[in-house]
Amino acid sequence: MAVRSWVIVALALVLAVGPLVLDSYWIGLLTQIVILAILAMSLDILLGYTGLPSLGHAAFFGAAAYAVAVLSTTYRADFWTSVVAGIAVGTALAAAFGLIVSHVRDVYFLMITLALGMVLWGLSYRWIPVTGGDNGISGIPSLEAHAGLPVAGPAAFYYVTLIVFVLCGALMRVLVRSPFGLTLRGIRENEARMRSLGFNTWLHCYLSFVIAGAFASVAGVMWAYYNGFVSPTYLDLTASSELFLMVTLGGPATLVGPLLGAGAIVLLKNVMSAYTARWLLILGIVYIVAILAAPKGIWNLGGRRSG
Amino acid sequence: MTYFITQSLNGLFSAALLFLIASGLTLAFGVMKIVNIAHGSFYMLGVYVAYTVVQRTGSLLLGAVVALLVVGAVGFVMQRVFLRRFPSDPLAQMMMTMGFALLFRDLALMIWGGDPFTLPYPAGLRGSLEAGEVVFPSYRLFVIAVAALVGAALWLVNAKTLIGARLRATVDDPEMASAIGINVARLSGIVFAVGAGLAAFGGVMGGPILGGYAGIDFDLLPLAFVVVIVGGMGSLKGALVGSIVVGMIDNFGKALVPELSYFTLFAPMMLVLALKPTGLYGRA
Repeated sequence: MAVRSWVIVALALVLAVGPLVLDSYWIGLLTQIVILAILAMSLDILLGYTGLPSLGHAAFFGAAAYAVAVLSTTYRADFWTSVVAGIAVGTALAAAFGLIVSHVRDVYFLMITLALGMVLWGLSYRWIPVTGGDNGISGIPSLEAHAGLPVAGPAAFYYVTLIVFVLCGALMRVLVRSPFGLTLRGIRENEARMRSLGFNTWLHCYLSFVIAGAFASVAGVMWAYYNGFVSPTYLDLTASSELFLMVTLGGPATLVGPLLGAGAIVLLKNVMSAYTARWLLILGIVYIVAILAAPKGIWNLGGRRSG
Repeated sequence: MTYFITQSLNGLFSAALLFLIASGLTLAFGVMKIVNIAHGSFYMLGVYVAYTVVQRTGSLLLGAVVALLVVGAVGFVMQRVFLRRFPSDPLAQMMMTMGFALLFRDLALMIWGGDPFTLPYPAGLRGSLEAGEVVFPSYRLFVIAVAALVGAALWLVNAKTLIGARLRATVDDPEMASAIGINVARLSGIVFAVGAGLAAFGGVMGGPILGGYAGIDFDLLPLAFVVVIVGGMGSLKGALVGSIVVGMIDNFGKALVPELSYFTLFAPMMLVLALKPTGLYGRA
């Protein structure tokens, strides 16, 4: 337990004061880690806490990013309209997909979310008049300028992101510890028993799916502002499974795990691709080794039963 | 009317390719409950291996045989060495196949480079057949016929042989099957290898028209998954019906509303899932 506390303190320290001493390249990486951590944590609500393995989770992230991109460029919408609409589009999509997938479980859930995610990817790829196809949409204004903040630059954006991350993280932590969150874990462990105790398990799974979609949308909005452009790679299968890897590598059902996982993948990706073009090969090996060596994730390595 | 017939035949050609890919996917799912992300990679490896053989020897037939055997062996090793360590953990298996999918894609890029290519047409199938006003490439008809033959052979094995009976028993209830002495682990390896080989064979069949390029693995994978979802996971008959439904809809969708291709697959999937969540021929 003590080791874990120290890790959390160290992580908090790096996230809080790191950008004050790091150069803009590393601030950029930290920003990526924090945004993707929100996304990975949102998947963790589904995958880790509810036991619903979604392989299409990047779809909501991508849809929210596209909504921000289309509104802020084509329609020149103001900041709050873009942000609210981005989150609304991603969440609405999750609400629609949730209706279809909430009564299936396990491998079926995996396969159907995969197919739904790919369908949406196909739409972003081919619906060229709106999405710009393979080229995506560029020219999204910087968040600082769009929101009319008095400060600008990578560090300013990072701290905005960090505030969003802390808010989302705190909300998710409250959620998974609430009676609702405990019910989700109950469903993960034994759905039939929960149902016989009188819980509406379909509704719980559905809400879990929509809530996870909403947090993924928040991450999508931040990502659109971070990159300044969107492209179909945001919602493809590789994105969804990388996300999956972040959660399983870090440790499902822990919330800290996905942050670690996101950090590991982002750092590995950027550091390795500086040295070699064979990044996919290495990522492939990481998948295989991670599953063989730490099937329960880094955060659960000490043998603690995941919460 | 001519347009309609031509497009339907094109749809059947897509269905034929999809059936070759999806039959292995659905059988592997039925026996092992595995969601195989690397299944599209088997198709891709098939095209590339055949390409090398054709360049060396000039024979597409030899290319098809070698591709089937090599990729089948790759699938067998993958199942026996890696996947079977996680017999009751579909998530670990899925992650593992994802790792292999990335590995195969990068290896293919390393070995064969990134330039797209097509396989040559087999001799005598270059032209087209004419019936009244309908002109249709004979190679596409050939592929439809081959897929029909493969389907018939699979059905025969499944329905009339001892190994087919074991297969059906395992799909129905793996625990019970192993309790009455069926070697489920070995059967899984065989099914996985056959599925990989069939996907590779599909790659060779599609090679003269779709060719090979980086990314073809993930282009076809969603279509194969929709086939399996619509037809019912684990069902060979479902794979056949699903292939035809998806092949037709995808083809007409691409012809009529090109911007919405892929998205047109949404409709059949929704409809089936709403009415019968296990797919047309699947069992819960």
